[in-house]
Amino acid sequence: MARLITRVAPLETDALTRSRPVLRTTHPWAWWVWALCAGVTASLTVNPLVLALIITALVTVVLARRGDGVWARSLKFYLALGAIIVGGRVLVRLFIGGSTTGTVLFRLPEIQLPVWAAGIRLGGPVVAEELVWAAMDAGRLATILICVGAANSLANPRTALKSVPAALHDISVAVVITLTVLPQLIMSAHRVRRGRRLRGNNSRGLRGLGATLVPVVEDAVEGSMTLASSMEARGYGRTRGQQKVPRHTTVALFMALVALLLGAFVVLGVPASNVTVLGLAPQHWLALALLLLGAAVGAGGLRSAGRRLSVTRYRPAPWGVPENLVSGCGAAAVVVGLWLTSPLGYPEQLNPPPVPLVWPALPLPALLLPILLALPAVLTPRPQRAGVSS
Amino acid sequence: MIHFSNVSITQPGASTPVIADATFSIADGDLCLVMGRTGTGKSTLLGAINGLVPHSSGATLAGEVTVANRSTRTHRPRDLADVVGWVGQNPLAGFVTDVVEDEVAYGMEQLGLSPSVMRKRVEETLDLMGIADLRRRSLVELSGGQQQRVAIAAVLAAQPRVLVLDEPTSALDPTAAQDVLAAITTLVHDVGLTVVLAEHRLERVMHEADSALWLPGDGRVVAGPAAEVLAMADTTPPLVELAAAMGWPEVPLSVRAARRRIRDHGPHLSLAPAPEVREALTWRGNGQPVIARLRDLRVSYGDIAAVAGIDLDLHAGTTVAVMGRNGSGKSSLLWALQGAVASSGQVTVDGQDPRRVGDNVARQLVSLVPQNAADLLYLADVDAECAQADEESGVTAGTASAILSQLGADLPGDRNPRDLSEGQRLALVLAIQLAASPRILCLDEPTRGLDYAMKHELTRIIASLVAEGVCVVVSTHDVEFAAQTAERTIVLAEGEVVADGTTRQVCISSPSFAPQVTKVFHPSDVMTVAEIVAARVSQ
Repeated sequence: MARLITRVAPLETDALTRSRPVLRTTHPWAWWVWALCAGVTASLTVNPLVLALIITALVTVVLARRGDGVWARSLKFYLALGAIIVGGRVLVRLFIGGSTTGTVLFRLPEIQLPVWAAGIRLGGPVVAEELVWAAMDAGRLATILICVGAANSLANPRTALKSVPAALHDISVAVVITLTVLPQLIMSAHRVRRGRRLRGNNSRGLRGLGATLVPVVEDAVEGSMTLASSMEARGYGRTRGQQKVPRHTTVALFMALVALLLGAFVVLGVPASNVTVLGLAPQHWLALALLLLGAAVGAGGLRSAGRRLSVTRYRPAPWGVPENLVSGCGAAAVVVGLWLTSPLGYPEQLNPPPVPLVWPALPLPALLLPILLALPAVLTPRPQRAGVSS
Repeated sequence: MIHFSNVSITQPGASTPVIADATFSIADGDLCLVMGRTGTGKSTLLGAINGLVPHSSGATLAGEVTVANRSTRTHRPRDLADVVGWVGQNPLAGFVTDVVEDEVAYGMEQLGLSPSVMRKRVEETLDLMGIADLRRRSLVELSGGQQQRVAIAAVLAAQPRVLVLDEPTSALDPTAAQDVLAAITTLVHDVGLTVVLAEHRLERVMHEADSALWLPGDGRVVAGPAAEVLAMADTTPPLVELAAAMGWPEVPLSVRAARRRIRDHGPHLSLAPAPEVREALTWRGNGQPVIARLRDLRVSYGDIAAVAGIDLDLHAGTTVAVMGRNGSGKSSLLWALQGAVASSGQVTVDGQDPRRVGDNVARQLVSLVPQNAADLLYLADVDAECAQADEESGVTAGTASAILSQLGADLPGDRNPRDLSEGQRLALVLAIQLAASPRILCLDEPTRGLDYAMKHELTRIIASLVAEGVCVVVSTHDVEFAAQTAERTIVLAEGEVVADGTTRQVCISSPSFAPQVTKVFHPSDVMTVAEIVAARVSQ
């Protein structure tokens, strides 16, 4: 008997550990941090080789670590959109000319524009340098877009909404309901349209529109009322104190928003001057201060506003080692990117001038960028897919 | 547990109260049935228990409702969430999240329970309702019965003492309904919850009921033990009807009780035994011409085959009941017959293919009343809808409204269709669809939300149409309705016909589709109370 148990027991535990699905998923906000860092990195360079490698790294991570939700399949749309951006930009460059100096590939018939449109040239000589520059610039934009797409594919939007500060609870509830109700609305519209045939379907135009719209809207209103009753009956808003958010919190939140906006504007919109203080232009120091101040005041304000609502969260996504690693990889990529594009690195290779037309160089340290960005593909736990669970 | 004292509830804009001066109590641990015809205020009464009336509706409430010593006057529904769990008719419409586990936890998050308590209660509740294996499933892809179980679990997680259910099984097939009701009985018996339940098909639950509330429709609320109230009420499930016809002093609440009563006290009728079933597909026609011919009909949505190769002949002047569990292809069959969904195979109605003719001609061949009849209504009042129907059908003005009054529904012409009751709306859509004088009339789940009297009325309407030579095809979950209405019954499973014969043959031999009277007099060949009465008179 004892021998039997010892023989059977290890087998069972083995089977258990093998069939048990891995429940750990990576925190959605970690993916967003990683993707936004990748976007910042991509914005530093126009080198098509580096950009292509960054995109490859993103796609690798997405393919390795996406779940099985609907949003997980969205990457190919972003890739297609990126291709459209590059193609469109090149096409526009083809027809609307800029500079005429450089390697002329061929000449399109030129359309003479009236005097008031001076400076714009339709058709005419097509310059290789111009086309290449347009493609490289559009490639950078497309890469940034694909970064957003990667975050979208990897981060479950509902789990992401679960981890918003309590002050934004109402907004997250509204978004969750929209995510739930929208497919139902589409289904109800489909059902009503199908039903139209049953009445002969001979009312067209405005009347036909009414025939579809009235029942669908009626359905939607009825659904909302049911949902509202259901939420009310289940205690929604119950723990909210009667007191309103204190006025100074509202003011502080508003000021934080203004500071963040100003900071972002200075970083992006004001050209750097030649004077530097401790390595940065003075306006960039100002912007940094504004951004930090805005973030700090904003976080404090949200915390204080959230305190009046004591809802709790069921199994919120934990933030642990994998999350730190994922966001760390992103941050490291930004730091490496900043170093590469600074005078201390390889600014010429990462942002090659449009003239003369040469094959872009790939300095060896630039390979660090895709490697750092691709690391999360192995550093994070494997996501749970429907096929894996028992 | 629940006390109503001198409660009157008046709906906004109404001059007379729906519920007038009601005083009653529901004891702790009771399963209390709420009965009454459609529109008598069952939902209003249920809503008053957790304060949705008057807090979330425009109604005014006089008197006082207390639940576990909390008055709904001072407590909003959200303040009662830990005492009363409320589940509506359509579980899907009340879901806030998208995954089973999150939905169960939602109420507790709102109550501000600590994460460890929530985790523990979610596990307990999933086990209690037997849905632990569904925990990570998306809510929309669950079956109706599973959705309703999740909805109940979602309110149970807050550990209320009272569960209020407003027609929880109206959209479910008999098996799924049994599943949900079994779960509810477990809660009453093993957990000791007080359950207040409104249900149209009383035959499914009345054997479990301790007490009952009957709303006669004049504002009164009659409360008492279930058997007594059932004997008084105007809602007549077959056993109540049987007890009345037999002159029994007390209503047997279950088939078992009725069988025992007959065993001990009679009457011992000599009824012909049901013939042994040797073949499941026995329909050979009723002598009338074939009006529709389906050959190898297939309907698929993506890679799901809803209808998987059906061969059928439909005869003029018959009523055909189409039964089967949810998702067995009943609706798809009806819609494909009408030609409104894409299908392959052969469909011939009166020599024409409804898929290849114009919408107006198709309507004259096959007319369909969809499950949600309101989908077809979009105009501001009843008269406008009728006039539009006359125009659409190319008939003389006034036809549709004439049909409407023939159907026995005298609706005020200036009434907005959205303000009509379920039964009135069905009558209006029926009149609109009959204006085209179709050869075949399809009704998709028409009995949903209809009370016994309305179902009898629908049976009468269908009988008169059939007498005129129309073929009526009804998809339904309601076995009692099918037994009374249909001559022929088809049972579908996984898109295929698994039984086809006279309703008598198909239903008597089936454990899930047999009407209650058949079960009481098993193994005799009877289906309705009328047959029993006739047999009694002749003996």
